[in-house]
Amino acid sequence: MSIQMNEVYKAFGDVRVLEGFSLEVEEGETLVVLGRSGSGKSVMLKHIVGLLLPDKGNVWVDGQQISNLPTKELYLLRRKVGYVFQFAALFDSMSVAENVGMGLERMKEFSREEIRDRVEECLTLVGLEGLSDRFPAELSGGQKKRAGIARAIAIRPKYLLYDEPTTGLDPLTKAVIDRLILRMNRELGVTGVVITHDMESAYRVGDRIAMLYGGRRRFLGTPDELRSTTDGVVKGFVEGRPELLENAS
Amino acid sequence: MTERILAPFSTIGRRAVALAAGIGRWGMLTAETFRSLRHVDVWGRLLLQQMAKIGLDSVPIAVFIAIFTGIVLSLQASYTFTGAVPLYFVGVLVGKTMMLELGPVLTGLALSGRVGANIAAEIGTMRVTEQIDALETMAYPPVAYLVLPRVLAGIIMFPVVTALAIAVGIGSGWLTALQLLDMSTPEFVRGLTLFFEPFDVTFAFIKATSFGFVVTTIGCLFGFHTRGGAEGVGTSTTQAVVVSSMSILVLDAFWAVTLL
Repeated sequence: MSIQMNEVYKAFGDVRVLEGFSLEVEEGETLVVLGRSGSGKSVMLKHIVGLLLPDKGNVWVDGQQISNLPTKELYLLRRKVGYVFQFAALFDSMSVAENVGMGLERMKEFSREEIRDRVEECLTLVGLEGLSDRFPAELSGGQKKRAGIARAIAIRPKYLLYDEPTTGLDPLTKAVIDRLILRMNRELGVTGVVITHDMESAYRVGDRIAMLYGGRRRFLGTPDELRSTTDGVVKGFVEGRPELLENAS
Repeated sequence: MTERILAPFSTIGRRAVALAAGIGRWGMLTAETFRSLRHVDVWGRLLLQQMAKIGLDSVPIAVFIAIFTGIVLSLQASYTFTGAVPLYFVGVLVGKTMMLELGPVLTGLALSGRVGANIAAEIGTMRVTEQIDALETMAYPPVAYLVLPRVLAGIIMFPVVTALAIAVGIGSGWLTALQLLDMSTPEFVRGLTLFFEPFDVTFAFIKATSFGFVVTTIGCLFGFHTRGGAEGVGTSTTQAVVVSSMSILVLDAFWAVTLL
């Protein structure tokens, strides 16, 4: 198992977000995690990269338990994980090229020319060739998301975590981002975890789909299994029918 | 009824706990800042950029304040001394006051507004837009990348800007004495050097260095703990300026009590 979360609990003060959440991600698959806004999907994702540590339970990534790792080891592990943030989280004061090359610079394994070439390659892969000198403020929402993906893949990660990659985008840009996620998986062999509440995207990119509800995993299965589920909570969310969800819960 | 009686005590208690927690967080950030010195590869290349931003960009406001402080000091000294004390004492008052008090403190207060607010707003915005999380995911230690270069730049540049402000303040006091008080340069210089002690310069530098340290660490602290979008950034910025200004005044008194 490449990523594993076992009975993870996380609370912020009195607000309990994760209450025994478990998940296993197989090597090479793209797993989508669904859930309502505020259900704790981003909190769950941040545990995988060690930005948050569980109050109880444990998280394993690439055979290492995150909460036991010393800082140095954690930073080494993070070199295997690319993180695409919901609002891209690009550094305002840097150009697109500088943003994309930042992770590579930190690795100290590449010359300037190698970094420049890799940055151009990644920008081409996400369809942003020729925009390397622009600043984040000069990009559209979709371009920012793509720049965020370019930054995440520049380090050639083994794992890619996407935090709501298509939220707030027009249908065409959504399709472009979904296609990119599929390419990352098929061409680069990346294991992906995508969190979203966009059903169209979930069916398009997910090898398996899980649903987070009430701090726990409510569903895990293939897209076909999701379509045919009889669980009212899951069905209510997927079909956008609150009455089903209310009756079931 | 009991609740109403206890309410003020409960408020005082809550504020005391919040203050203690704030001091604790500041202490932890300061400790982490010094521990981050080992990441020279991260902060080294950002230091010059921060020195320019914190130091050079602050020169105009520091000089502006110093010019008018020098003028006022000179005129007020003359007004106070006329008929009672020889006029060359204007030089004593301008020199001593600029060096021991107004140079460091007014520059510190001006820079707490400019530098402290800028740091808190910049880091606060990075916090609420997940840029600090992004740094961490790319294996950049955030304290080494964001805090340490700013704190070192503050420690280095506050004394430099303060020294310039003191020189400009004394210069403007001297010009005022020449032009408006009919004093001669030798008279002014006589006053300036009469009670001069080399320790005066050391004292000014100690104050400026400590002000640079508190303004930058407090700005970073409030920026780092920003929550809740634009409103949160605004709140952090205001708090950073208020707390660092108050800290400057407390430190000012502390150094006077301990060193003079």
